[in-house]
Amino acid sequence: MFDIGVKKPPASEPDGHVPIKLHDSEALRVVSLVRHYRMGKNTIPAVDGVSMAANRGEFIALLGTSGSGKSTLLNLIAGLDRPQSGAIVVDGHDLATMTPEQLAQYRRHTVGMVFQSFNLVPTMTLYENVELPMRFAEVRRRERRSRVTEALERVGLGDRVKHRPSELSGGEQQRAALARALVNEPKILLADEPTGNLDSKTGTEIMGLITDLNKSLDMTVIMVTHERALADRYADRMIFLGDGKVLGETKNSAKGARL
Amino acid sequence: MKIYDMVELAGRNLREAVLRNSLTTLGIGVGVASLVAMLSLGLGLQKLFNRQLGRSGLFDSIYVTTRRDVRGTTTAQRETGVAPAKVLDDTARHSFEQIPEVAEVYPNLSAVGDFHLPGSKAEDAHFTVVGGLPPSSQGSEAFDDFQGTYFSSSDAAEVIILADFGRALLGLPAEPRNSEVKLTKEQADQLLDHDVILRYAQRQANDAAATPPLAPSAKDSAKAAGSTRDSGKAADDEDDSADDASSFSVVRREVRLRIVGIVTSEPYRGMRQGRTSALLPMDYAESLNMMQPADVSGIVRPGEGKTYMALVVRVAKSRDVTRVEEAIKKEGYNTFSIVDASRGLQKAFVFLDLFLGVFGSLALAVASLGIVNTLVMAILERRREIGIMKALGASDGDVKRIFFVEAGSMGALGGSLGVALGWMIGRVINLGTNWYMIRQDLKPENFWYVPMWLVIGGVAFSVFVSLFAGLYPASRAARLDPVQALRHE
Repeated sequence: MFDIGVKKPPASEPDGHVPIKLHDSEALRVVSLVRHYRMGKNTIPAVDGVSMAANRGEFIALLGTSGSGKSTLLNLIAGLDRPQSGAIVVDGHDLATMTPEQLAQYRRHTVGMVFQSFNLVPTMTLYENVELPMRFAEVRRRERRSRVTEALERVGLGDRVKHRPSELSGGEQQRAALARALVNEPKILLADEPTGNLDSKTGTEIMGLITDLNKSLDMTVIMVTHERALADRYADRMIFLGDGKVLGETKNSAKGARL
Repeated sequence: MKIYDMVELAGRNLREAVLRNSLTTLGIGVGVASLVAMLSLGLGLQKLFNRQLGRSGLFDSIYVTTRRDVRGTTTAQRETGVAPAKVLDDTARHSFEQIPEVAEVYPNLSAVGDFHLPGSKAEDAHFTVVGGLPPSSQGSEAFDDFQGTYFSSSDAAEVIILADFGRALLGLPAEPRNSEVKLTKEQADQLLDHDVILRYAQRQANDAAATPPLAPSAKDSAKAAGSTRDSGKAADDEDDSADDASSFSVVRREVRLRIVGIVTSEPYRGMRQGRTSALLPMDYAESLNMMQPADVSGIVRPGEGKTYMALVVRVAKSRDVTRVEEAIKKEGYNTFSIVDASRGLQKAFVFLDLFLGVFGSLALAVASLGIVNTLVMAILERRREIGIMKALGASDGDVKRIFFVEAGSMGALGGSLGVALGWMIGRVINLGTNWYMIRQDLKPENFWYVPMWLVIGGVAFSVFVSLFAGLYPASRAARLDPVQALRHE
């Protein structure tokens, strides 16, 4: 699977990285993470000293208004973006010190992503869309077929493999995106407003699927949402963000109460 | 990412924008076609030139004349620092043969004679120039495609004739348009392996004791009527032994020769003067002791014995020509070779090819801009797709390579198309020109040449140029920030 050596952080990094050990139960930990954006002359502190951790198999909701930094934090955890300082430790390795190639490997094998706008490749069939991550992971062709079928069947699209995304409803597209996210068997599923473009009925279907993956595959789920109700219903823990900072967090003991 | 995945992804991307990519590929095709067309024209002309002159035996040959000839006294003798002028005789010939780089030395033999077929009347004889061919002439272009066989040996009583002369012997009219037309099989069969009688003037030495006559005397033709090639050889021996005597007679001789080959063009044309229609093997031709123009000077300048008008010194490798030529010049002879002229021409051809190549490449350069344009457009269109691929684990290198494969595929496809197109353009122009040449009573020529290396090189160059054009778009696509690309629209 994912096997790369921890690199010493570059000297330019201000707050020298102390090797951070994860607890056995932890899937990932974020320490003093900072990511600023430059917009013209202004600097926007999208993520400004965030620290958090996620346990294995935990379902975490990142809550906040738009501009609170929750999507930026998710992109940093996904390895799509790099922090100015701080650490993101997954499997004993700090994403901040990885090379671009190592980050690509990390995205291939350790995390799966679903987006609000599904982000399926419109010119590809569902089969090809779900197969795509396995091309980058260099999975053998013979194995791909069974894995694509399995993943699509899991999300209930076993009979739509030859369809293009435009021929599917929003809910079906998001299910296909879920199949694509889990086909490389990641440990962490990152979901950015997965129900944002769906009506409440299909949204519930998708959340049901995510919860199922979370439980049956023991997948850690980190979901960005601005809907408190959604978090209340599905998340084990809620982390509230505002202006790039953690405002607070609560355990959701009442999870599923309204299911 | 595995290569087949890369090719597959690139392939489907190319298919997605099939019209645009086809047009771009066509552009490259036209560029490569112009390059191939230009270069194959240059190469074809060069090849034609080499074929026409190179295989005529001119390029590895040095023509040696004596400076005592009229030509020599005007210019060459004014040069300083060279040995005094020498007689071009057998001693000279042997000394040239001793030079290590020299392959063969033979006289530039050219004499007049007349031919008739055994059955025909002597009045029907055909007057022509007779020449000698050294053994190396077998490799000459004239023997690439001819009727009959080459000489069985260098002293065989055999003759190879020109097709036009063959027609004359058979009493057929000459070909009005093109003298280089082959005989029909029936016509050739009437001549090949048949005998022909050659009547010629033989230089025959007088007895040393005899008083030198003021002019060569023609002996009674009846004496020569029954002569054979043996008598010719006997005369040769006689001549050799008496060569120190400066006097000789000219007698009429007849020999029977077997026609072995019919050619359409004169092999080893070299510096023979006039149209030589009958060619004998060199050793045999020499043994006939035919009267030659140089013999006249032998009368004017008594005491020189038998001299040659010109000797042809053929070197084994044409690069040695200059060196051997210098050596012979130092010995006191006039030399001439066309190697210097040919070297200049070869250089001119390299420049011509380069010039044509640069012109041809211009179109390809324009086409490569098309590739840059197409791929940059593709990046803009596929921004989101690139972002998705990166989010799914594609590395920068993967993205770059997909774009490279796309550029390379367009290059390979366009290159192949271009080579085919260029070849076709060449064919058409060649056909058109030949049609024109035939109408102008000229021999059609193939001045279009597409060698294998040009085919492979054309495609390879096209791929190379395309990859180069793909450098910028590929690296731009690779640098694309996935977060930006995936931002909600």
